[in-house]
Amino acid sequence: MIGLEQVYWLAGAMFAAIAVRSFGDRANRKRYGNAAFWGLLAVSFLFGSELGDVANGVLVLALTGLGATAMGLGSPKSTSAEERETSARTEGNAVFTPALVIPVIAIAGTLTLGRLEIGGAPLADPKQVTLIALALGIIIALVVALLRFRPPALAPVEEGRRLCDAIGWAIILPQLLASLGAVFAISGVGAAVGRIATTWLPLGHPFAAVAAYCIGMALFTMVMGNAFAAFPVMTAAIGLPLIVHRFGGDPAIMGAVGMLAGYCGTLATPMAANYNIVPAALLELPDRNGVIRVQIPTAIPLLVCNIVLMYVLVFRF
Amino acid sequence: MQRLVRITPALYRAPMSLWPLLGIAVLVIGFAAGINPLIAIVAAGLTTGVAAGLSPLHIVAALGKAYNDSRYVSIVWLILPVIGLLERAGLQERARMLIVRVRAATVGRILIAYLALRQITVALGLTTLCGQAQTVRPLIAPMAEAAADVRFGPLSARTRYLIRAYAASADNVGAFFGEDIFIAVSSILLVKGFLQQSGFDIAPLRLSLWAIPTALTAFAIHGFRLWRLDARIKRLAAENPP
Repeated sequence: MIGLEQVYWLAGAMFAAIAVRSFGDRANRKRYGNAAFWGLLAVSFLFGSELGDVANGVLVLALTGLGATAMGLGSPKSTSAEERETSARTEGNAVFTPALVIPVIAIAGTLTLGRLEIGGAPLADPKQVTLIALALGIIIALVVALLRFRPPALAPVEEGRRLCDAIGWAIILPQLLASLGAVFAISGVGAAVGRIATTWLPLGHPFAAVAAYCIGMALFTMVMGNAFAAFPVMTAAIGLPLIVHRFGGDPAIMGAVGMLAGYCGTLATPMAANYNIVPAALLELPDRNGVIRVQIPTAIPLLVCNIVLMYVLVFRF
Repeated sequence: MQRLVRITPALYRAPMSLWPLLGIAVLVIGFAAGINPLIAIVAAGLTTGVAAGLSPLHIVAALGKAYNDSRYVSIVWLILPVIGLLERAGLQERARMLIVRVRAATVGRILIAYLALRQITVALGLTTLCGQAQTVRPLIAPMAEAAADVRFGPLSARTRYLIRAYAASADNVGAFFGEDIFIAVSSILLVKGFLQQSGFDIAPLRLSLWAIPTALTAFAIHGFRLWRLDARIKRLAAENPP
């Protein structure tokens, strides 16, 4: 059965190839750092399931140290601006084809992969079909691109390395934040935040309770980087006891709007790295908070609107 | 600190300390001081863990386990070699050529259209159709930059970065405030699951329905800001030529 593990092998192979090419890149003064970072990332994907928690923890510390201090920008061979301009004219809209193959296969695969069986056993892990289908779409798109453009054999690795180096250490940020979330959870941070919210705030009026719940969702989401972590804490601390039980609000409206109030926080925090920091790296912005800066003026009025919406709707339906 | 402990009976019984919150302080200070975020995050984890009385080995193991368990977040990077190959074949240039032909195209209009597309497709459950790596970097950001180039001539670096940041924001706002309209999304299931544990059995469809007012508001607010972006770019182009 194909599961996430097989997709991880693929990622491991990709990062291993990038590590090898980084190692031989004499134009990069920090080539050993890059090679070690991408190499350890490959180890994580290839052997992470066998390593054990402490070894994985040491690996995380090593990746952190390397990522923060030892990485430079490689100089993989790519095409020049003029070559790209020419290719864009001759290839025409065919350059878009592989990019469109990915979502088509990803969606078709999500709908069908879970049902395919070989000898009575499912072909793909039914719980992971979305990610497996995405990986499948990427493989097929890669083959289509290679057949269509006939680049040099090493081009996929070199182009992958070009983009990976551009993202740099930020590539592990989402996973590292998940680790921090786990340590916060076992250390009781959520409960402590919930207690502060309930003890310091005057919540005698329905509007105050709604406002505290929504703002609490947004702030706690900013701290944790994830509205999912905030929802159980804030709902247990303010949502259910006050909005629903004391003031008679509707739990469905509270839950739906409350979660979206949390998303306003997601727009405004570097902790939500895969949405805010990684795109800044991906788009090669010099200011890593550049995306957050343009999102905050949307997040604040939207949070206010959520408070008003919840107050108007939750006690009425 | 003492005053906090006595408020609710349930909390009073729980042996709970506020010291683990020190990690949050470390994180905020680290981010504000411009320390590499990886270092700030690990330092915050160690601080919180130690403050909660965990042994260093226990903390390292917890970091390692969660890191390993969340490898699925990074699967999206498999796309980088494909995007790189397409860029080498002129993907961004082609996207620019297409936009230059569309006379009505402005940065604001392109990003509003993308915001709507993202929100609608995500609401239908097609989350992987677009994304920062799949569409924003190779297509949307170059298209938006090209539209501004056509109107105002070559842009300053600052304006270029601003347009890219707004392109990323359109993707985020569209994805966040579209996804809860789709009933099978994990956040809806989380809300349903949590409320169920608390004794409220709620149909996912009802949760989806009540996500719609916020979705429309989000489109209105961010759409309005994207619409005004055109005037801002015009001003920037007049003030600082490249």
